[in-house]
Amino acid sequence: MVTSSKAQVNVINACLLAGRILIENGSEMTRVVDTMQRIAHNAGVDSAQMFVTVTGIVISIDDTPNGQVASIERRTIDLGKVARVNELSREFAEQKLTLGMLIQRLKRIDNDTPTFSFWTRLIAAALLSAVLLIVFTGEYIDAPAGFVIGGLGYCVFYFFNRQFKVQFLSEFVASLVIGLLAVIAVKLGLGRYLDNIIIGSVMPLVPGVPITNAVRDLVGGNLISGPARAFEALLSSIAIGSGIVCVLHFL
Amino acid sequence: MAMFLFELVMAYVATICFGIILNIPTKAFNVAGLIGAFSWGFYWVISQLGVGIAFGNLAAAFVISVLSMYAAQYKKMPMVIFNIPSLVSFVPGGQAYQMIRNFAIGQSQTAWSFFVQVVVIAGSIAMGFILGELYHQIWRYGLTKIVTRH
Repeated sequence: MVTSSKAQVNVINACLLAGRILIENGSEMTRVVDTMQRIAHNAGVDSAQMFVTVTGIVISIDDTPNGQVASIERRTIDLGKVARVNELSREFAEQKLTLGMLIQRLKRIDNDTPTFSFWTRLIAAALLSAVLLIVFTGEYIDAPAGFVIGGLGYCVFYFFNRQFKVQFLSEFVASLVIGLLAVIAVKLGLGRYLDNIIIGSVMPLVPGVPITNAVRDLVGGNLISGPARAFEALLSSIAIGSGIVCVLHFL
Repeated sequence: MAMFLFELVMAYVATICFGIILNIPTKAFNVAGLIGAFSWGFYWVISQLGVGIAFGNLAAAFVISVLSMYAAQYKKMPMVIFNIPSLVSFVPGGQAYQMIRNFAIGQSQTAWSFFVQVVVIAGSIAMGFILGELYHQIWRYGLTKIVTRH
């Protein structure tokens, strides 16, 4: 049992940091609570209470005056960070790390986890569009148009999201651009079926992580985060859908 | 047969591409891709046997969920790294698009029928995940413990 209050503060800090990184980057709640419990347990605190939602974490240690809150303002998707926090928690459980080192490594994960370069992501998005266009529709003829427009759509999404940090707005603008480009491509004879090009090109924007996590949170019994994430997924879908509707309706 | 193999390769590529967008670790690429390809192949085969879209998607989501669980244990990585990218080929994108398109051009009747399809597919995928989760719980805690726990 950890008794000194300095050590308790460290345990709480480590838990909050790990929890915040996990939630910010698209982990499901069961894993968040589990990881935080493990870190607390392995640091010698057996009775920590935690309340975790998609927008904030509250944690306290029983019978002590310590209690802390971390609010979560932005949520992105970076499963690499989730995997690395998981790895770190394992190493801490095997006692390869001290608590101080754990906090340091968590901070490092939070600040600089390597991501794929913009160009790699762009090519992946373009390829994803082309491939899913073929899988969904069984037509090959529009694959090149899907490749280019899907890539450009993702590009618009990426820069808008980085500039303004409003995800729904970025999705709306990206799907608007995709719709316009698809119409132009068909008018110029670069693609044949407008529908197929749009279907393929919006695929990189699909909110796969919120949908999956909504289901997992609900099954896990977290009745606050489950519906919240389902709503997030719904809003994303509506943003993408209305971008397309604008194009279809006015052309 | 060639068509089938081609579809598998497509699903493999799609899974890895979605993985790159979500920034999954490079070490997980191959396994995630294989899960995506296998589940798509499974879906393809059972839909040739004439099961409807609901059961097909449910079974495929269940397969993804269970395989991801084993992959997570084998690779010592969180399960989300495998099941989210693998799911990308099953998203009802075509139907959702047709729904929106028909609403936009005023064909509400057709739009609602596509809406029902989207709800059915999304619901069966969710149900498949729930069943996979149940399998996970049974596997982890043992059947007897679940049955005797009141």
